[in-house]
Amino acid sequence: MAASSSRCVRLILWKYGSCGKNFCLSRSRTTSQLPVRQICVSSSLWKKNLAAAGPQKFTQEFIDKQVEEFEIGKRHLANMMGEDPETFTQEDVDRSIAYLFPSGLFEKHARPVMKHPEQIFPKQKAVQWDAEGRPFHFLFYTGKQSYYSLMHDVYDKMLVVEKHQDKMRNKGLFMADTKQISLSGSRWLLKEEMEEILVENISDQDYLRFIQLAERLLSMPYCSLEEEFILKFRKPLEVQSRNQEIPVLQHDARGVAFSVADGRRKSAKARITLIDSGSGNITINGTNYLRYFPVLQDREQLMFPLHFVGLLGRFDIEGSVEGSGRSSQAGAVRLAISRALLSFVSEGEVEKMRQAGLLTADPRIKERKKPGQEKARKKFTWKKR
Amino acid sequence: MAAGVLTRVKQALRGPRLAAAVFSCHGQTLSSAAAAVHSPAAPTIETDATDKILNFPLTQPDYFRLSELFSIKDLFDARVHLGHKKGCRHALMEPYLFGCRLDMDIIDLEQTVDHLQQALNFTAHVAFRGGVVLFVSRRRQFAHLVETTARDCGEYAHTRYWKGGLLTNAPVQYSPGVRLPDLIVFLSTLNNVFQEHVGIRDAAKMNIPTVGIVDSNCNPSLITYPVPGNDDTPAAMEMYCRLFKMTIKRAKDKRRQMELLKGI
Repeated sequence: MAASSSRCVRLILWKYGSCGKNFCLSRSRTTSQLPVRQICVSSSLWKKNLAAAGPQKFTQEFIDKQVEEFEIGKRHLANMMGEDPETFTQEDVDRSIAYLFPSGLFEKHARPVMKHPEQIFPKQKAVQWDAEGRPFHFLFYTGKQSYYSLMHDVYDKMLVVEKHQDKMRNKGLFMADTKQISLSGSRWLLKEEMEEILVENISDQDYLRFIQLAERLLSMPYCSLEEEFILKFRKPLEVQSRNQEIPVLQHDARGVAFSVADGRRKSAKARITLIDSGSGNITINGTNYLRYFPVLQDREQLMFPLHFVGLLGRFDIEGSVEGSGRSSQAGAVRLAISRALLSFVSEGEVEKMRQAGLLTADPRIKERKKPGQEKARKKFTWKKR
Repeated sequence: MAAGVLTRVKQALRGPRLAAAVFSCHGQTLSSAAAAVHSPAAPTIETDATDKILNFPLTQPDYFRLSELFSIKDLFDARVHLGHKKGCRHALMEPYLFGCRLDMDIIDLEQTVDHLQQALNFTAHVAFRGGVVLFVSRRRQFAHLVETTARDCGEYAHTRYWKGGLLTNAPVQYSPGVRLPDLIVFLSTLNNVFQEHVGIRDAAKMNIPTVGIVDSNCNPSLITYPVPGNDDTPAAMEMYCRLFKMTIKRAKDKRRQMELLKGI
């Protein structure tokens, strides 16, 4: 009976599946299993859909194995080069590889490389749930757990401050003008810096909301309770004037202080000596400044740095200038005077001078003439036809 | 001829488990047939104990004694019976309303007690079996409270903007192999624009049971365990959070206790 049934089944299958491939139907198996009908499919269904797979994922074991192989390989390489395996650094590895596998390829990334697997395989986010599948973080299902956890913490701090306020009000000790957190000299962290801290991407609106919440916390009277927490998200601004090079203050035979500084503008070069306890005499290239700079505008340029710091009549200026025209020479001398003045002036004044633009060299030069035009900007006469 | 063959195939195939597959001899249900065939595992002491832990609580109506956590008076004091105005009433909520006084809907607390009892019992059983519970609420007033409740009982919360495919497109939104919540508790079923929260529909699509506090302007249709009650008053919300926290903690403590007793 079993044999006849199997024969009949095979007849039916032959009718339906004759265009398909080989049958995997054996006599012994028909009794316990359903007959398998092979459906003919095109090869496009076998091919892996590479685009849908996404970036390749590496398991932690694979990465650990690669790290092991790298360490062993590094020791072998050190032995090959005749160096000590213990003190074989990455630079030595790079040097050895460049020696053993010389490559003339222009693209540096295409050359043979032997680096730690951490730098080669892209970093992947660690698995965020335990063995049973329960996520570690309580806000995991929101999608942005670090960001929302941060917002939750900031709100926690706000509630603490409010509670403290209410307590003070109850006791009758509430004062609106308590110690405020000083925010000058620091700025909020940028969105990119926040992303680095949170290790996840946030949108512009998310960042704005965070800043708004933090500002609201700072607007409360007793916010100094959470000063430490808030200052974690503020970055101190570098005082630019610290980078300024101040010329050395020298003293001549009589003990009078003086300083020397250079200045440039277009192709004019100036060298100025600023002498203390003078009476405001200015000598350029051996002649009086009234003779050398007949135009008022140029003399005003010389005056400006001293007028700005309020030390007009204190110094005697002696110097030489060459090159370019009268206006550029005046600008070069002005820069030189400002630089020389730095050694006589306090740090706060230095920052003020920097913000006034006295210490910045004017980068403007003559714009080149372009082909197809008369001059740098002037075009040839435009003819309609 | 075909019918004859069919009957012969039926006789030839042994085992009642494969009977379902016989009706289509084209082999389409072969996979289900293969899954149905399982070899019975040898019963060990461990599986017995685990079965007892898992099956025994289901035989009792109130295994975790949750009826002693709240009474009608507590609900009344927390102003759970206060609904919205008559104009805001949802047609499907009418069975749950006690009446209307000065245009204001009053929710029937006797029904609420029954529904809340069932909802808490279900939550307790889910937590007892180590399920993932997700608290959802889109009310800004109570977002912090809900998140704190979830963190305190070791479960999860989502009180932020609900992104489109969180449940329906989970392998893409999170990573492949993520475990979806086993129960979603809506402490407020409406979102900020007074429309039904998308999570209710998505949970129904993904066969995830839901517990929801439905006010008189909410739609109780797709929620597995609706609890008619007020979701606007801080007192009522604090009470719900306290109740859910206590149930989940009780259930988890009970589980730990039983596992220690059975020596697992």
